[in-house]
Amino acid sequence: MTKKDWEGKLKMHKERDSEFTTVSGTPVKSLYTPDDIQDMDYGRDLGYPGEFPYTRGVYTNMYRGRLWTMRQFSGYATPKDTNKRYKYLLKHGQTGLSVAFDFPTLYGRDSDDSFSHGEVGKCGVAVDTLRDMEIIFDGIPLDKISTSMTINPPAAMLLAMYIAVGEKQGVPAHVLTGTIQNDMLKEYQAQKTWIYPPEPSMRIITDILAYCTDHVPKWNTISISGYHIREAGSTALQELAFTLANGFTYVEHGMQAGLSVDKFAPRLSFFFNAHLDFFEEIAKYRAARRIWARLMRGKYGAQSPRSYLVRFHTQTAGCTLTAQQPENNIIRTAFQALSAVLGGTQSLHTNSMDETYALPTEQAVKVALRTQQLIAYESGVAQVIDPLGGSYYVESLTRQMEKGAYDYFEKINKMGGVIPAIEKGFFQKEISRSAYEYQKALEQRKKFQVGVNIFEEEEKPDIEILKIPAAVEKNQIKELKKVKKQRNNARVKEKLKDLRKAARNGENVMPRILACVKVYATLGEMCNTLKEEFGVYHEPIIF
Amino acid sequence: MGKKIRVLVGKPGLDGHDRGAKVVAAALRDAGMEVIYTGLHQTCESIVEAAVQEDVDVIGLSILSGAHMTIFSKVLNLLKKRHATQILVIGGGIIPLEDMKKLEKMGVGKLFGPGTPTTEIVDWINECAFAKTEQPKTKRVKAKKSRKIKVRRKRKK
Repeated sequence: MTKKDWEGKLKMHKERDSEFTTVSGTPVKSLYTPDDIQDMDYGRDLGYPGEFPYTRGVYTNMYRGRLWTMRQFSGYATPKDTNKRYKYLLKHGQTGLSVAFDFPTLYGRDSDDSFSHGEVGKCGVAVDTLRDMEIIFDGIPLDKISTSMTINPPAAMLLAMYIAVGEKQGVPAHVLTGTIQNDMLKEYQAQKTWIYPPEPSMRIITDILAYCTDHVPKWNTISISGYHIREAGSTALQELAFTLANGFTYVEHGMQAGLSVDKFAPRLSFFFNAHLDFFEEIAKYRAARRIWARLMRGKYGAQSPRSYLVRFHTQTAGCTLTAQQPENNIIRTAFQALSAVLGGTQSLHTNSMDETYALPTEQAVKVALRTQQLIAYESGVAQVIDPLGGSYYVESLTRQMEKGAYDYFEKINKMGGVIPAIEKGFFQKEISRSAYEYQKALEQRKKFQVGVNIFEEEEKPDIEILKIPAAVEKNQIKELKKVKKQRNNARVKEKLKDLRKAARNGENVMPRILACVKVYATLGEMCNTLKEEFGVYHEPIIF
Repeated sequence: MGKKIRVLVGKPGLDGHDRGAKVVAAALRDAGMEVIYTGLHQTCESIVEAAVQEDVDVIGLSILSGAHMTIFSKVLNLLKKRHATQILVIGGGIIPLEDMKKLEKMGVGKLFGPGTPTTEIVDWINECAFAKTEQPKTKRVKAKKSRKIKVRRKRKK
């Protein structure tokens, strides 16, 4: 039978819907055939795993060599509570750490800052000084485990604290492995955790790139993140395009600062979302690898193949979890995690079922971790490299994503690049528009959420919730006061003065920050010093 | 209802999750209300000040940071101090059911959890505004002095 005949036959069958789209609203056909990938060239567009353009994966043997790192993002209340949770997760087979800080820490404010009231230890762990980091990693050998830290404007300070903890454990900086998020561009676009305006933020980032290249060579210096762009409501394509555009902007800034691209680019890593639409997500990861490799080689002239690699962490989509019938979240997360694995992720966080109510309980987070272990050890999907490679649908979708991303790059270029586009509110508008469109689609029942707008039940879910006691804030402030009393305040003053000088005269701020950290300067003291030099950012208000 | 309902959508504290706030702001606007969005990182004081200045009927707060107990009670207290308890306070975000109950007892009009259709929020606000206009002498009083009168008329339900 010819395709035409088959299509004729298909028309005689009624379909259950008038249009079929991905969760991002992209129309999909009823069937994909060799016609859809006719112009695809295996060597040019796919290649072998670990080979240019890396569509099929960044490593030659992928999960047959080593499984992805199971890295649950975690942290709450006091450093002591968080240390206990880490030991629990490691005991149950987690293979990497990922630190969640509370809001004051994320914004570089101390626990006793007036803005911190009510927020200390609430959505992550509170860190004021090196003392807190010493407690968080107490009994956890930093030469044996890699640690990712979700930290942006104060990334330099937290990295410095981590280096200092390593030193105290006898682990030199060049041995440390891990990641700081340190991706300010997506903060202005989506996650909205900022202190300084874009230009000084970019300067701090390039200071970190330069410092780590020389002193912490195994550290991932920026985790270029699409996760938050997606959580803020973007489509899969917007996540892909904006993330890569940000990544190229860091590359350009690094090169402008006089760094050789092959020295710092291999330490850039990525962080993507694993959302609901299974194949669309897989296509997104594949397209990201291909675009990055091609442009790093073609446009930025990188010579080292390590500069071409999109090594990425994935987290399942928190925004898809439902408060209704929370047990369903386990299943949602499992599908999303599977898409990340089939998409070739290097590390993975799986969300817990109770996270629309609070931070997860031990029990909930264990089920989430077990979900990854089930995929790794039972499902069989990790036995073969890139099992979906060559699928007519996946390859065609990958191509479509790639093309869409290039269209966005052109639009952004016309605006003068990523930073001018942020100042114009371009990304912010694009993302809020997509978020609102999706919400409308849900309310018009064009898109579905089980338990929310289909198969609803009259029920008040009764699940156990993690509670952060109010005493956490008081205790944390008490500890902070104790540290301030015990430290040498004259030395703190002196080191902060050096930091200010470095900020002013363009010297790399990293060594100065490390010196501040070691005399137990607080996070707030360091960030306020820089704030006085660099100013603060004010967002354009758009909805 | 002659006059448009005025709503201030606020993001108090350090929480940067503004997806929900913006979606709700857009939905209320499309439902014909006048919406003021504060932007991020507002203090409770600045939110109450803006609400009084703008003479709004409703304050909607979006909090996903876990700081809801502190922030809602602070806003309610500040409104009392400003004799502006006629302003209805509602909210949404990541809030455990138990805390929702406590907050509603404290005087928060209603809390809308994840998955709430925006139409439900619109209907709820419209109903409250309608209930208000049903009562006699509902003319909006502009001068701040006369706010006390409205205080007494405030939700007893």
